[in-house]
Amino acid sequence: MNFPLMPPQASEHAVAYDALFWTITALTVIFTLIVGVMIYGFAVKYKRGSSADRRNAQSHNEKLEVLLLVVPTVLGLAIFAWSAVNFTSVRTPKKDEMELFVIGKRWMWHVQHMNGIRENNEMHVPVGQPIRLTMISQDVIHAMYLPAFRAQYHVVPGRYTSLHFTPTKPGTYKLLCGIHCGTQHSEMVGFVHVLSQQDFDEWLESGGNRYTKADRSMEQVGADLWKEKGCGNCHQGTDNNRAPSLNGIFNTQRTMTDGSTVLANEDYLRESILRPWDRISAGYENTMQAYANSLSEEQVLSLIAYIKSTGSGATPGQGEYEQPVRDGRALDSSSKSTIDIANDRASAGASQAKELTN
Amino acid sequence: MSATVVDKTQEEGLHEPHPKKNYLTADHTIKSWLLTVDHKRIAVLYLISTTFFFFLGSIAAAFIRAELTNPMGTLLTSETYNKMFSAHGIIMVFFFLVAVIPGVLGNFLLPIMVGARDLAFPRLNLLSWYVFMAGGTCFVIALMMGGVDAGWTFYTPLSSLYSNTPITLALVGVFFAGFASIFTGLNFIATVHKMRAPGMTWFRMPLFVWGQYATGVIMILGTPVIAITLLMVAIERMFKIGIFSPELGGDPVLFQHLFWFYSHPAVYIMLLPGMAVISELMACFSRRPVFGYKFVAFSSIGIAALSFLVWGHHMFVSSQSVLQGIVFSLISFLVAVPSAIKVFNWALTMWKGSVHFTTPMIYALGFLGLFVVGGLTGLYLAAIDTDVHLTGTYFVVAHFHYVMVGGTIMAFLGGLHFWWPKMFGRMYSEFWGKLSAIIVFVGFNFTFFPQFILGYLGMPRRYHYYYFAPEWQVYHVLSSAGSTVLGIGFLMPAFYLTASLINGKRAGRNPWGAKGLEWEHADSPPVTLNFDKPVVVTGPVYDYDAEKDSEMIRAGQRLVDMVKGEEEK
Ligand code: HEM
Ligand SMILES: [Cu+2]
Ligand SMILES: [Cu+2]
Repeated sequence: MNFPLMPPQASEHAVAYDALFWTITALTVIFTLIVGVMIYGFAVKYKRGSSADRRNAQSHNEKLEVLLLVVPTVLGLAIFAWSAVNFTSVRTPKKDEMELFVIGKRWMWHVQHMNGIRENNEMHVPVGQPIRLTMISQDVIHAMYLPAFRAQYHVVPGRYTSLHFTPTKPGTYKLLCGIHCGTQHSEMVGFVHVLSQQDFDEWLESGGNRYTKADRSMEQVGADLWKEKGCGNCHQGTDNNRAPSLNGIFNTQRTMTDGSTVLANEDYLRESILRPWDRISAGYENTMQAYANSLSEEQVLSLIAYIKSTGSGATPGQGEYEQPVRDGRALDSSSKSTIDIANDRASAGASQAKELTN
Repeated sequence: MSATVVDKTQEEGLHEPHPKKNYLTADHTIKSWLLTVDHKRIAVLYLISTTFFFFLGSIAAAFIRAELTNPMGTLLTSETYNKMFSAHGIIMVFFFLVAVIPGVLGNFLLPIMVGARDLAFPRLNLLSWYVFMAGGTCFVIALMMGGVDAGWTFYTPLSSLYSNTPITLALVGVFFAGFASIFTGLNFIATVHKMRAPGMTWFRMPLFVWGQYATGVIMILGTPVIAITLLMVAIERMFKIGIFSPELGGDPVLFQHLFWFYSHPAVYIMLLPGMAVISELMACFSRRPVFGYKFVAFSSIGIAALSFLVWGHHMFVSSQSVLQGIVFSLISFLVAVPSAIKVFNWALTMWKGSVHFTTPMIYALGFLGLFVVGGLTGLYLAAIDTDVHLTGTYFVVAHFHYVMVGGTIMAFLGGLHFWWPKMFGRMYSEFWGKLSAIIVFVGFNFTFFPQFILGYLGMPRRYHYYYFAPEWQVYHVLSSAGSTVLGIGFLMPAFYLTASLINGKRAGRNPWGAKGLEWEHADSPPVTLNFDKPVVVTGPVYDYDAEKDSEMIRAGQRLVDMVKGEEEK
């Protein structure tokens, strides 16, 4: 029989994580031993009738209490600080992240790559590449849980959440659901395949072997939807009196009729498509139809991908990972691997950063 | 505790003509039990009903453990499995742990310990039991209708829109149980403020009373929040009014905030009374005052206050901002400090004491060991980074069983064995008592320790199947085997305690040689109004003398040695 003691350690964060985990374990063992020895020692030494010296017994001792208060507090704060640093670093988006879209629904995981490839209960990613999952649920709350990467985040209906990780070892790892979501919760499982760069590129080009080759990228699907739903009838190339233009709107600050400002991130775009009446841009009326019942989460993601492809605002400190690099780029990115896209974005981001500092 | 007694009976020359009646023999009709306003009888009612719910919850647990020995499951469908763990969690949390120590030991002892004849509002106390039973009945009906499947946490929108099990009825049940606990809390607070006997100053109160008082505060501040939250879920379910479901325009994460705003403090509703019991046991069986009495007393209050500020540590990965998470993490570390203080102080209580290894003491020592592990593993979960991987896994399951079973239930059993002679006037078999304490301790560790490893390996909680990870099976089998041992340990007291009612030795007032009004001034079992004469307290609490206690044994031993020596000559 085999007693595994650790899950595979397959991401950058997993290494940092385990260092902290085992340090806390060491402290736990030490403290358990101290208390255990104290209890055992006292119980044996002062067993009723023993000849131990019981004179000068104290029933309180402020100095001792303060010591017992300060030592655990200081150790605890040290652990807290370490963990806060780790956490902040893993939640901070990296510059050159590759973005995948995840939709959780009872009871499967649906993953979509930028170039349009879809997978169910499987996720292919290249080794060494920082990944960002943009996730939403179509029904109840789920959690994307990747134990080998020590990564987990809830997948919530009605808002986008994200998960960031950088796989470091090729292999196949578990992909689980971490929140009870109903009858087949325990079957909402799959695998992450971490491939070498080359294998991944081949996999992506071939449309993922076992899957039908994606004929259209997410942006193209979004562009088609844009036409089909007639978005462009009102949202034209420039602001007009019916509606504001959406070109380059992503990640810019928008002013609402009530004077408040909102960052046009994915959540804002999603809400504005599904329930436009909630927030109306200053200068416009509530005339847009609500698409809440006529678009699936997947279609909304495609529309957002399309809107993003028209450019995005560079709001300092917000979403550096979404620099305006896709302006004017041809929409047929399916011929380009996602890696290339990511690299394009990274270099564009870097040159833009330069511009900003100049 | 020394007390001067104003003996009115002697002064007035009144003597009882008949053998003295106690609260059990005062009246024998069923009606006299169902309409009683005697806090002691209500405690007995609570004892019977919480034991019933514990039994019910344990059956569900047995099914869960049996099912998990196989990665594919063998007995249940996933639907039934989900209903099992939901029933287990809801019953154990809302109908057992929250109610058991305040309802049984608190109700019975709190008035006696402060020298009062009853709680401040005896009728409210009876109402609390009825409301509790009404809630329990609702939930049992929901079970008979097939059971609910959304877990004890009732996360929305699963519970509000997606589950098609009788959730509303279950919510109403929990809502009622909540009110029972509000009534109890109210009663305890009023009693401690207003009904203390002359001379019973705050710092002469046993720590048991401090603990129940702090619990009462959490109960009345926290429970209304969960009650209204569950009501909102019911409203969304019944009338489709959007509160928590995004498709109706609600916010699903709002539910979690409201739920944990109560449910984190609620873990202390479950734990503080247990800690309160442990203080009494450690003092009595070490024959020492509790070390650092004031620190222990104020740590209860500190826990009660801080416990309202850490709910976000259950939501580190549910779309909180990074800063929010870090602040909650920091405060969670701070709330661990008062618990650590208590542990050290309990251990130090034995220092230069005279330690008696009786059944209650063995339970108390078991509590210390398990609570240390439970508390320290809380640090992995309070540290925001380590929690990300462990949240929602068996690590969390192991952690809270260490604190709630290893903590609360060990303390309850210790307390029950300690005050059993007081409640029923009979002694049980020490042999069986000690054996059960040891079996529970061993079985508990076999059941729950492997679950820490499972959680770290990545086993999510509430998973019916794990066919994709056969390497986990070995730990599940260990855990299920351990739970059989644990189950036997829990069943034993049911037998020997019941047997003691029939053939147990009569206990006498103070079989343990303990200090405290309940031992020194009340009969076993106490009379209906607790004391024959009004009590006036004049001395400090926990007035033990360990040296004298041990010297008695040594003197006895010397005598025996002397006799032996004579014989040998
Ligand atoms: C010593 C201090 C403690 C700390 C620092 C601590 C910390 C935590 C944290 C951070 C979690 C959330 C884990 C997660 O969901 O990811 C948690 C879960 C839990 N804790 Fe503790 N805890 C402590 C003591 C206790 C005590 C004393 C009890 C009960 C008497 C308790 C009962 C629970 C329960 C029931 C859960 C699980 C809730 C659920 O998700 O279903 N904890 N603890
Ligand atoms: Cu799930
Ligand atoms: Cu908590």
